[in-house]
Amino acid sequence: MKIAYYPGCTLKTTAKEFDISTKASTKALGIDLVELPRWNCCGTVHALAKDDVMHHLAPLRNLLRVEEMKQEGLVDEKRVVALCAMCYNTLKRSNQAFNADPDKAGKVRESMDNEANVYSGQVEVEHLLETLRTQGWDKVQARVTKPLKGLKVAPYYGCLLLRPRGIGIDNADNPTIMEDLLHALGADVIDFSYKQKCCGSYHTVYMKEVVADLSNRILTQAQAAGADIVATACPLCEYNLGNRQTEVVKKYPHFNSIPIVYFTQLMALAFGLSEDETALGMNKPDPRPILKEKGPI
Amino acid sequence: MSDSNHMVTIYMMGKKQRVPADLTIMKAMEYAGHQFRRGAGCRGGFCGACATVYRKKGSYKLQGALACQKIVEDGMIIAQIPFSPQEKVTYKINDLKAEANTFLEYYPEIARCLACNTCTKACPQDIMVMDYVQAALRGDITQAAKLSFDCLGCGLCAMRCPAEIVPYNIGQLARRLESKYIEGPTEHVLKRCQEVKEGKFDADIEEMKKMDKATLSKKYNTREMKIK
Repeated sequence: MKIAYYPGCTLKTTAKEFDISTKASTKALGIDLVELPRWNCCGTVHALAKDDVMHHLAPLRNLLRVEEMKQEGLVDEKRVVALCAMCYNTLKRSNQAFNADPDKAGKVRESMDNEANVYSGQVEVEHLLETLRTQGWDKVQARVTKPLKGLKVAPYYGCLLLRPRGIGIDNADNPTIMEDLLHALGADVIDFSYKQKCCGSYHTVYMKEVVADLSNRILTQAQAAGADIVATACPLCEYNLGNRQTEVVKKYPHFNSIPIVYFTQLMALAFGLSEDETALGMNKPDPRPILKEKGPI
Repeated sequence: MSDSNHMVTIYMMGKKQRVPADLTIMKAMEYAGHQFRRGAGCRGGFCGACATVYRKKGSYKLQGALACQKIVEDGMIIAQIPFSPQEKVTYKINDLKAEANTFLEYYPEIARCLACNTCTKACPQDIMVMDYVQAALRGDITQAAKLSFDCLGCGLCAMRCPAEIVPYNIGQLARRLESKYIEGPTEHVLKRCQEVKEGKFDADIEEMKKMDKATLSKKYNTREMKIK
Protein backbone atom coordinates (compact mmCIF):
# COMPACT_ATOMS: atom_id res chain seq x y z
CA MET A 1 0.00 0.00 0.00
CA LYS A 2 1.47 3.33 -1.08
CA ILE A 3 0.42 6.26 1.09
CA ALA A 4 1.43 9.89 0.75
CA TYR A 5 3.75 11.00 3.55
CA TYR A 6 3.93 14.58 4.80
CA PRO A 7 7.00 14.94 7.06
CA GLY A 8 6.88 18.64 7.99
CA CYS A 9 9.94 20.83 8.57
CA THR A 10 10.82 19.65 12.08
CA LEU A 11 11.28 16.06 10.93
CA LYS A 12 13.86 17.36 8.45
CA THR A 13 15.78 19.48 10.96
CA THR A 14 15.67 18.97 14.75
CA ALA A 15 13.61 15.75 14.73
CA LYS A 16 15.45 13.75 12.06
CA GLU A 17 15.29 10.68 14.33
CA PHE A 18 11.48 10.81 14.01
CA ASP A 19 11.71 10.80 10.20
CA ILE A 20 14.39 8.11 10.01
CA SER A 21 12.74 5.72 12.48
CA THR A 22 9.33 6.27 10.86
CA LYS A 23 10.57 5.35 7.40
CA ALA A 24 12.40 2.29 8.73
CA SER A 25 9.61 0.97 10.94
CA THR A 26 6.79 1.51 8.41
CA LYS A 27 8.89 -0.16 5.74
CA ALA A 28 9.30 -3.12 8.09
CA LEU A 29 5.49 -3.25 8.33
CA GLY A 30 5.02 -3.13 4.58
CA ILE A 31 3.53 0.38 4.63
CA ASP A 32 5.02 2.26 1.69
CA LEU A 33 5.17 5.93 2.69
CA VAL A 34 5.87 8.18 -0.32
CA GLU A 35 7.06 11.68 0.61
CA LEU A 36 5.26 14.46 -1.24
CA PRO A 37 7.60 15.47 -4.12
CA ARG A 38 6.62 19.10 -3.51
CA TRP A 39 5.60 20.30 -0.08
CA ASN A 40 5.59 23.46 1.96
CA CYS A 41 5.06 24.50 5.57
CA CYS A 42 1.95 22.88 7.12
CA GLY A 43 0.88 26.41 8.11
CA THR A 44 1.27 25.60 11.83
CA VAL A 45 -1.68 26.33 14.03
CA HIS A 46 -1.87 30.04 13.24
CA ALA A 47 -3.30 28.89 9.91
CA LEU A 48 -6.51 28.15 11.76
CA ALA A 49 -7.59 31.66 12.65
CA LYS A 50 -11.23 31.87 11.55
CA ASP A 51 -11.14 35.05 9.52
CA ASP A 52 -8.00 34.36 7.58
CA VAL A 53 -8.10 32.70 4.18
CA MET A 54 -4.48 33.50 3.40
CA HIS A 55 -3.16 31.26 6.14
CA HIS A 56 -5.14 28.29 4.86
CA LEU A 57 -3.25 28.31 1.59
CA ALA A 58 -0.22 26.51 3.03
CA PRO A 59 -1.99 23.45 4.45
CA LEU A 60 -4.43 23.15 1.55
CA ARG A 61 -1.70 23.48 -1.05
CA ASN A 62 -0.06 20.42 0.51
CA LEU A 63 -3.33 18.51 0.23
CA LEU A 64 -3.60 19.55 -3.42
CA ARG A 65 -0.12 18.06 -3.91
CA VAL A 66 -1.39 14.77 -2.45
CA GLU A 67 -4.24 14.78 -4.97
CA GLU A 68 -1.71 15.39 -7.74
CA MET A 69 0.36 12.45 -6.46
CA LYS A 70 -2.74 10.26 -6.76
CA GLN A 71 -3.34 11.52 -10.32
CA GLU A 72 0.23 10.72 -11.27
CA GLY A 73 -0.03 7.25 -9.79
CA LEU A 74 2.60 7.88 -7.11
CA VAL A 75 0.18 6.78 -4.40
CA ASP A 76 -2.88 4.53 -4.24
CA GLU A 77 -5.36 6.74 -2.42
CA LYS A 78 -6.18 10.33 -1.58
CA ARG A 79 -4.75 9.91 1.89
CA VAL A 80 -1.79 11.53 3.60
CA VAL A 81 0.05 10.42 6.71
CA ALA A 82 1.56 13.03 9.03
CA LEU A 83 3.88 12.43 11.96
CA CYS A 84 4.40 15.78 13.63
CA ALA A 85 1.38 16.45 15.85
CA MET A 86 1.23 20.08 14.75
CA CYS A 87 1.32 19.26 11.03
CA TYR A 88 -1.34 16.61 11.54
CA ASN A 89 -3.58 18.97 13.47
CA THR A 90 -3.17 21.88 11.04
CA LEU A 91 -3.61 19.88 7.84
CA LYS A 92 -6.70 18.14 9.17
CA ARG A 93 -8.36 21.23 10.64
CA SER A 94 -7.70 23.29 7.55
CA ASN A 95 -9.17 20.52 5.42
CA GLN A 96 -12.28 20.47 7.62
CA ALA A 97 -12.63 24.26 7.47
CA PHE A 98 -12.34 24.10 3.66
CA ASN A 99 -15.04 21.45 3.39
CA ALA A 100 -17.35 23.07 5.95
CA ASP A 101 -17.35 26.56 4.46
CA PRO A 102 -18.04 26.89 0.74
CA ASP A 103 -17.32 30.63 0.80
CA LYS A 104 -13.90 30.06 2.28
CA ALA A 105 -13.27 27.20 -0.13
CA GLY A 106 -14.11 29.50 -3.02
CA LYS A 107 -11.75 32.20 -1.81
CA VAL A 108 -8.99 29.66 -1.30
CA ARG A 109 -9.47 28.36 -4.86
CA GLU A 110 -9.32 31.90 -6.24
CA SER A 111 -6.11 32.57 -4.35
CA MET A 112 -4.57 29.40 -5.74
CA ASP A 113 -5.52 30.17 -9.35
CA ASN A 114 -1.99 29.62 -10.66
CA GLU A 115 -2.07 25.94 -9.70
CA ALA A 116 -2.57 23.50 -12.55
CA ASN A 117 -5.27 21.70 -10.55
CA VAL A 118 -8.08 22.65 -8.20
CA TYR A 119 -8.26 21.06 -4.77
CA SER A 120 -11.39 18.94 -4.29
CA GLY A 121 -11.36 18.72 -0.50
CA GLN A 122 -11.30 14.93 -0.65
CA VAL A 123 -7.87 14.12 0.81
CA GLU A 124 -7.97 12.26 4.10
CA VAL A 125 -5.43 13.39 6.69
CA GLU A 126 -4.36 10.84 9.24
CA HIS A 127 -1.68 10.34 11.85
CA LEU A 128 0.60 7.29 11.59
CA LEU A 129 -0.82 6.01 14.89
CA GLU A 130 -4.23 5.89 13.20
CA THR A 131 -2.78 4.11 10.17
CA LEU A 132 -1.32 1.48 12.48
CA ARG A 133 -4.56 1.15 14.48
CA THR A 134 -6.59 0.65 11.29
CA GLN A 135 -4.16 -1.95 10.08
CA GLY A 136 -4.46 -3.78 13.41
CA TRP A 137 -2.12 -3.93 16.40
CA ASP A 138 -1.67 -7.67 15.72
CA LYS A 139 0.18 -6.72 12.50
CA VAL A 140 2.60 -4.64 14.56
CA GLN A 141 2.96 -7.38 17.13
CA ALA A 142 3.67 -9.98 14.45
CA ARG A 143 6.63 -7.93 13.20
CA VAL A 144 8.27 -7.62 16.65
CA THR A 145 11.51 -9.57 16.91
CA LYS A 146 12.93 -7.91 20.04
CA PRO A 147 10.04 -7.25 22.45
CA LEU A 148 10.67 -4.29 24.75
CA LYS A 149 10.08 -6.52 27.77
CA GLY A 150 11.04 -4.96 31.09
CA LEU A 151 11.28 -1.42 29.62
CA LYS A 152 8.86 0.86 31.44
CA VAL A 153 7.55 3.36 28.90
CA ALA A 154 5.24 6.27 29.74
CA PRO A 155 3.40 7.55 26.65
CA TYR A 156 3.03 11.32 26.52
CA TYR A 157 0.47 12.80 24.09
CA GLY A 158 0.57 16.55 24.55
CA CYS A 159 -2.31 18.58 23.12
CA LEU A 160 -2.39 18.59 19.34
CA LEU A 161 -2.92 14.86 18.84
CA LEU A 162 -6.00 14.87 21.06
CA ARG A 163 -7.75 18.20 20.65
CA PRO A 164 -10.13 19.54 19.48
CA ARG A 165 -12.81 16.86 19.32
CA GLY A 166 -13.29 15.64 15.79
CA ILE A 167 -9.61 16.14 15.09
CA GLY A 168 -8.06 14.26 18.00
CA ILE A 169 -7.06 10.70 17.24
CA ASP A 170 -8.29 9.37 20.58
CA ASN A 171 -10.21 10.23 23.74
CA ALA A 172 -8.92 13.67 24.78
CA ASP A 173 -9.04 12.94 28.53
CA ASN A 174 -7.83 9.38 28.62
CA PRO A 175 -6.15 8.38 25.37
CA THR A 176 -4.88 4.82 24.96
CA ILE A 177 -3.73 4.59 21.34
CA MET A 178 -0.03 4.87 22.19
CA GLU A 179 -0.52 2.40 25.06
CA ASP A 180 -1.99 -0.07 22.56
CA LEU A 181 1.04 0.34 20.33
CA LEU A 182 3.48 -0.04 23.24
CA HIS A 183 1.68 -3.20 24.41
CA ALA A 184 2.06 -4.61 20.90
CA LEU A 185 5.80 -3.83 21.09
CA GLY A 186 5.99 -5.82 24.37
CA ALA A 187 6.85 -2.84 26.58
CA ASP A 188 5.69 -2.38 30.17
CA VAL A 189 3.29 0.52 29.78
CA ILE A 190 3.21 3.17 32.50
CA ASP A 191 0.03 5.19 32.84
CA PHE A 192 0.36 8.60 34.44
CA SER A 193 -2.05 11.46 34.97
CA TYR A 194 0.00 14.10 33.10
CA LYS A 195 0.12 12.33 29.76
CA GLN A 196 -2.10 14.89 28.03
CA LYS A 197 -1.01 18.02 29.94
CA CYS A 198 0.60 20.99 28.21
CA CYS A 199 4.38 20.94 27.60
CA GLY A 200 4.54 24.74 27.28
CA SER A 201 4.63 24.73 23.49
CA TYR A 202 6.21 27.86 21.95
CA HIS A 203 6.88 29.44 25.35
CA THR A 204 10.11 27.54 24.86
CA VAL A 205 11.36 30.45 22.73
CA TYR A 206 11.00 33.41 25.10
CA MET A 207 9.84 31.96 28.42
CA LYS A 208 12.00 28.92 29.01
CA GLU A 209 11.11 28.98 32.72
CA VAL A 210 7.46 28.23 31.88
CA VAL A 211 8.56 25.16 29.97
CA ALA A 212 10.94 24.22 32.79
CA ASP A 213 8.04 24.25 35.28
CA LEU A 214 5.72 22.22 33.08
CA SER A 215 8.36 19.72 31.97
CA ASN A 216 9.46 19.24 35.56
CA ARG A 217 5.89 18.44 36.59
CA ILE A 218 5.23 16.07 33.71
CA LEU A 219 8.52 14.20 33.96
CA THR A 220 8.51 13.97 37.77
CA GLN A 221 5.04 12.43 37.57
CA ALA A 222 6.17 9.95 34.92
CA GLN A 223 9.13 8.98 37.09
CA ALA A 224 6.93 8.69 40.20
CA ALA A 225 4.77 6.25 38.24
CA GLY A 226 7.90 4.19 37.54
CA ALA A 227 8.81 5.19 33.96
CA ASP A 228 12.30 4.52 32.55
CA ILE A 229 11.61 6.48 29.42
CA VAL A 230 8.88 8.69 27.87
CA ALA A 231 7.48 8.12 24.37
CA THR A 232 6.01 10.98 22.36
CA ALA A 233 4.60 11.75 18.91
CA CYS A 234 5.31 15.48 18.75
CA PRO A 235 8.66 17.15 17.98
CA LEU A 236 7.83 20.21 20.06
CA CYS A 237 6.93 18.03 23.08
CA GLU A 238 10.12 16.06 22.51
CA TYR A 239 12.13 19.27 22.51
CA ASN A 240 10.45 20.75 25.58
CA LEU A 241 10.59 17.55 27.60
CA GLY A 242 14.03 16.51 26.32
CA ASN A 243 16.40 19.31 25.33
CA ARG A 244 14.87 21.68 27.88
CA GLN A 245 15.87 19.38 30.77
CA THR A 246 18.99 21.55 31.00
CA GLU A 247 16.63 24.40 32.05
CA VAL A 248 14.69 22.09 34.39
CA VAL A 249 17.86 21.15 36.26
CA LYS A 250 18.81 24.82 36.64
CA LYS A 251 15.52 25.56 38.35
CA TYR A 252 15.02 22.22 40.10
CA PRO A 253 18.48 20.91 41.10
CA HIS A 254 17.08 17.60 42.39
CA PHE A 255 15.51 16.72 39.06
CA ASN A 256 16.70 13.41 37.61
CA SER A 257 17.11 13.20 33.88
CA ILE A 258 14.82 10.86 31.88
CA PRO A 259 15.10 10.25 28.13
CA ILE A 260 12.33 11.14 25.65
CA VAL A 261 11.99 9.18 22.40
CA TYR A 262 9.57 9.05 19.50
CA PHE A 263 7.19 6.09 19.38
CA THR A 264 8.60 5.25 15.93
CA GLN A 265 12.05 4.79 17.46
CA LEU A 266 10.66 2.21 19.87
CA MET A 267 8.96 0.49 16.91
CA ALA A 268 12.24 0.37 15.00
CA LEU A 269 13.95 -0.99 18.11
CA ALA A 270 11.35 -3.73 18.70
CA PHE A 271 11.49 -4.67 15.01
CA GLY A 272 15.20 -5.36 15.46
CA LEU A 273 16.27 -2.61 13.03
CA SER A 274 19.78 -1.18 12.91
CA GLU A 275 21.23 1.60 15.05
CA ASP A 276 21.10 3.92 12.04
CA GLU A 277 17.39 3.26 11.71
CA THR A 278 16.41 3.66 15.35
CA ALA A 279 18.44 6.92 15.32
CA LEU A 280 18.61 6.79 19.12
CA GLY A 281 21.88 8.73 19.16
CA MET A 282 20.05 11.91 18.14
CA ASN A 283 17.83 12.39 21.19
CA LYS A 284 18.72 14.60 24.12
CA PRO A 285 19.20 13.30 26.76
CA ASP A 286 20.74 10.14 25.33
CA PRO A 287 18.32 7.22 25.77
CA ARG A 288 20.92 4.53 25.03
CA PRO A 289 22.31 4.02 28.57
CA ILE A 290 18.89 3.20 30.05
CA LEU A 291 17.98 1.06 27.02
CA LYS A 292 21.20 -0.89 27.50
CA GLU A 293 20.52 -1.28 31.19
CA LYS A 294 16.98 -2.52 30.61
CA GLY A 295 17.91 -4.85 27.82
CA PRO A 296 16.52 -3.61 24.47
CA ILE A 297 19.93 -2.63 23.09
CA MET B 1 7.81 38.76 -36.92
CA SER B 2 4.37 40.21 -37.01
CA ASP B 3 3.39 43.05 -39.34
CA SER B 4 5.47 46.02 -38.22
CA ASN B 5 2.80 48.44 -39.44
CA HIS B 6 0.49 47.06 -36.79
CA MET B 7 0.37 49.43 -33.83
CA VAL B 8 -0.92 48.92 -30.30
CA THR B 9 -1.81 51.33 -27.51
CA ILE B 10 0.07 51.11 -24.25
CA TYR B 11 0.08 53.30 -21.17
CA MET B 12 3.58 54.17 -19.92
CA MET B 13 3.49 55.53 -16.39
CA GLY B 14 -0.07 56.55 -17.17
CA LYS B 15 0.66 58.21 -20.50
CA LYS B 16 -1.01 56.85 -23.64
CA GLN B 17 1.36 55.85 -26.46
CA ARG B 18 0.95 54.21 -29.86
CA VAL B 19 3.82 51.80 -30.48
CA PRO B 20 4.60 49.01 -33.01
CA ALA B 21 3.11 45.73 -31.86
CA ASP B 22 6.27 43.63 -32.14
CA LEU B 23 8.47 45.62 -29.78
CA THR B 24 9.49 44.60 -26.31
CA ILE B 25 8.34 46.85 -23.48
CA MET B 26 11.85 48.31 -23.32
CA LYS B 27 12.08 49.08 -27.02
CA ALA B 28 8.53 50.40 -27.05
CA MET B 29 9.41 52.83 -24.27
CA GLU B 30 12.46 54.00 -26.19
CA TYR B 31 10.35 54.26 -29.37
CA ALA B 32 8.06 56.60 -27.41
CA GLY B 33 11.02 58.75 -26.40
CA HIS B 34 11.87 57.41 -22.97
CA GLN B 35 15.56 57.34 -22.17
CA PHE B 36 16.67 54.67 -19.71
CA ARG B 37 19.02 55.83 -16.98
CA ARG B 38 18.10 53.07 -14.54
CA GLY B 39 16.19 49.87 -15.09
CA ALA B 40 18.07 48.64 -18.16
CA GLY B 41 21.09 46.40 -18.29
CA CYS B 42 22.04 43.53 -20.54
CA ARG B 43 18.91 43.73 -22.75
CA GLY B 44 19.16 39.96 -23.13
CA GLY B 45 17.09 38.65 -20.23
CA PHE B 46 20.06 37.79 -18.03
CA CYS B 47 20.74 40.65 -15.65
CA GLY B 48 17.39 41.28 -14.00
CA ALA B 49 17.69 45.07 -14.06
CA CYS B 50 14.48 45.82 -15.97
CA ALA B 51 11.77 44.55 -13.64
CA THR B 52 8.43 45.90 -14.79
CA VAL B 53 4.86 45.53 -13.63
CA TYR B 54 1.79 45.84 -15.78
CA ARG B 55 -1.91 45.27 -15.96
CA LYS B 56 -3.98 44.49 -18.96
CA LYS B 57 -7.23 46.34 -19.57
CA GLY B 58 -10.16 44.62 -17.91
CA SER B 59 -8.01 42.36 -15.76
CA TYR B 60 -7.58 42.55 -12.00
CA LYS B 61 -4.16 40.87 -12.21
CA LEU B 62 -0.95 42.74 -11.58
CA GLN B 63 1.68 40.99 -13.64
CA GLY B 64 5.45 41.12 -13.69
CA ALA B 65 7.92 40.91 -16.57
CA LEU B 66 11.39 41.82 -17.73
CA ALA B 67 10.98 44.85 -19.98
CA CYS B 68 13.65 43.56 -22.39
CA GLN B 69 11.84 40.23 -22.88
CA LYS B 70 8.12 40.93 -22.81
CA ILE B 71 6.44 41.97 -26.05
CA VAL B 72 3.89 44.77 -25.66
CA GLU B 73 0.20 43.95 -25.81
CA ASP B 74 -2.67 46.24 -26.61
CA GLY B 75 -3.99 48.04 -23.56
CA MET B 76 -1.01 47.29 -21.32
CA ILE B 77 -0.63 49.68 -18.39
CA ILE B 78 3.07 49.67 -17.59
CA ALA B 79 5.21 50.83 -14.66
CA GLN B 80 8.92 50.29 -14.33
CA ILE B 81 10.49 49.20 -11.05
CA PRO B 82 14.03 50.48 -11.67
CA PHE B 83 15.28 49.45 -8.25
CA SER B 84 13.98 47.34 -5.39
CA PRO B 85 15.50 48.30 -2.05
CA GLN B 86 16.78 45.42 0.02
CA GLU B 87 18.60 44.77 3.25
CA LYS B 88 21.70 42.85 2.24
CA VAL B 89 23.32 41.01 5.10
CA THR B 90 27.00 40.18 5.08
CA TYR B 91 28.28 36.76 6.00
CA LYS B 92 31.50 34.86 5.57
CA ILE B 93 30.75 31.81 3.49
CA ASN B 94 33.65 29.93 5.10
CA ASP B 95 32.05 30.31 8.55
CA LEU B 96 28.57 29.10 7.62
CA LYS B 97 26.93 25.72 8.03
CA ALA B 98 24.81 24.15 5.31
CA GLU B 99 21.62 23.90 7.36
CA ALA B 100 18.20 25.50 7.85
CA ASN B 101 19.36 27.59 10.82
CA THR B 102 21.78 29.53 8.61
CA PHE B 103 18.85 30.96 6.64
CA LEU B 104 16.95 31.72 9.84
CA GLU B 105 19.96 33.45 11.34
CA TYR B 106 20.58 35.84 8.45
CA TYR B 107 17.05 36.14 7.08
CA PRO B 108 14.76 35.31 10.05
CA GLU B 109 11.77 36.70 8.15
CA ILE B 110 11.62 33.54 6.03
CA ALA B 111 9.87 31.81 8.92
CA ARG B 112 6.93 34.11 8.12
CA CYS B 113 6.34 32.47 4.71
CA LEU B 114 2.62 31.73 4.32
CA ALA B 115 3.09 29.53 1.25
CA CYS B 116 0.67 31.90 -0.54
CA ASN B 117 2.74 31.52 -3.73
CA THR B 118 2.44 35.19 -4.70
CA CYS B 119 6.21 35.22 -5.31
CA THR B 120 5.90 32.36 -7.80
CA LYS B 121 3.13 34.21 -9.63
CA ALA B 122 5.31 37.33 -9.83
CA CYS B 123 8.41 35.62 -11.21
CA PRO B 124 9.17 36.48 -14.87
CA GLN B 125 11.48 33.44 -15.02
CA ASP B 126 8.73 30.96 -14.08
CA ILE B 127 10.71 29.84 -11.05
CA MET B 128 8.89 28.00 -8.26
CA VAL B 129 9.95 30.72 -5.82
CA MET B 130 7.78 29.68 -2.87
CA ASP B 131 8.96 26.09 -3.20
CA TYR B 132 12.62 27.11 -2.94
CA VAL B 133 11.99 29.37 0.05
CA GLN B 134 10.20 26.44 1.70
CA ALA B 135 13.03 24.06 0.83
CA ALA B 136 15.52 26.45 2.46
CA LEU B 137 13.30 26.68 5.52
CA ARG B 138 13.55 22.96 6.05
CA GLY B 139 17.27 22.76 5.27
CA ASP B 140 16.93 21.11 1.86
CA ILE B 141 19.69 23.25 0.38
CA THR B 142 20.21 21.19 -2.76
CA GLN B 143 16.55 21.59 -3.68
CA ALA B 144 16.58 25.33 -2.88
CA ALA B 145 19.69 25.81 -5.02
CA LYS B 146 18.29 23.77 -7.89
CA LEU B 147 14.89 25.46 -7.95
CA SER B 148 16.33 28.98 -7.71
CA PHE B 149 19.06 28.43 -10.31
CA ASP B 150 17.49 30.59 -13.03
CA CYS B 151 16.94 33.57 -10.69
CA LEU B 152 18.19 36.93 -12.01
CA GLY B 153 17.47 38.87 -8.83
CA CYS B 154 15.05 41.24 -10.56
CA GLY B 155 13.23 41.76 -7.24
CA LEU B 156 9.62 41.30 -8.37
CA CYS B 157 9.07 38.46 -5.88
CA ALA B 158 10.30 40.61 -3.00
CA MET B 159 8.04 43.48 -4.04
CA ARG B 160 4.99 41.23 -3.88
CA CYS B 161 5.71 39.11 -0.78
CA PRO B 162 3.14 39.76 1.97
CA ALA B 163 5.62 38.37 4.53
CA GLU B 164 8.26 40.84 3.32
CA ILE B 165 10.77 38.13 2.52
CA VAL B 166 13.44 38.80 -0.11
CA PRO B 167 13.35 35.41 -1.82
CA TYR B 168 16.27 36.04 -4.19
CA ASN B 169 18.61 36.54 -1.22
CA ILE B 170 17.51 33.14 0.07
CA GLY B 171 18.13 31.52 -3.31
CA GLN B 172 21.57 33.09 -3.59
CA LEU B 173 22.58 31.93 -0.11
CA ALA B 174 21.27 28.44 -0.92
CA ARG B 175 23.33 28.26 -4.13
CA ARG B 176 26.43 29.49 -2.30
CA LEU B 177 26.00 26.90 0.46
CA GLU B 178 25.31 24.20 -2.12
CA SER B 179 28.44 24.91 -4.14
CA LYS B 180 30.65 25.43 -1.09
CA TYR B 181 29.55 22.60 1.18
CA ILE B 182 27.44 20.09 -0.72
CA GLU B 183 28.51 20.01 -4.35
CA GLY B 184 32.03 21.07 -3.31
CA PRO B 185 34.66 22.43 -5.68
CA THR B 186 34.55 20.46 -8.91
CA GLU B 187 37.58 18.41 -9.86
CA HIS B 188 38.36 20.20 -13.14
CA VAL B 189 38.43 23.57 -11.36
CA LEU B 190 40.84 22.29 -8.72
CA LYS B 191 43.00 20.76 -11.45
CA ARG B 192 43.05 24.00 -13.44
CA CYS B 193 43.89 26.06 -10.32
CA GLN B 194 46.82 23.73 -9.69
CA GLU B 195 48.00 24.14 -13.30
CA VAL B 196 47.80 27.93 -13.00
CA LYS B 197 49.82 27.79 -9.78
CA GLU B 198 52.43 25.59 -11.42
CA GLY B 199 52.84 28.16 -14.18
CA LYS B 200 51.49 26.05 -17.04
CA PHE B 201 50.03 29.14 -18.79
CA ASP B 202 52.73 31.70 -17.90
CA ALA B 203 54.46 31.48 -21.27
CA ASP B 204 51.17 31.89 -23.22
CA ILE B 205 50.22 34.92 -21.18
CA GLU B 206 53.60 36.53 -21.69
CA GLU B 207 53.29 35.91 -25.41
CA MET B 208 49.81 37.46 -25.51
CA LYS B 209 50.98 40.54 -23.62
CA LYS B 210 53.27 41.31 -26.53
CA MET B 211 50.57 40.97 -29.23
CA ASP B 212 49.01 44.01 -30.90
CA LYS B 213 45.26 44.50 -30.78
CA ALA B 214 44.55 43.08 -34.26
CA THR B 215 46.46 39.85 -33.60
CA LEU B 216 44.84 39.52 -30.22
CA SER B 217 41.35 40.01 -31.71
CA LYS B 218 42.05 37.44 -34.39
CA LYS B 219 43.31 34.98 -31.82
CA TYR B 220 40.25 35.58 -29.63
CA ASN B 221 37.77 35.23 -32.50
CA THR B 222 39.29 32.00 -33.79
CA ARG B 223 39.88 30.42 -30.38
CA GLU B 224 38.95 26.83 -29.77
CA MET B 225 35.87 26.35 -27.61
CA LYS B 226 35.68 23.18 -25.63
CA ILE B 227 32.20 22.96 -24.22
CA LYS B 228 31.02 19.62 -23.00
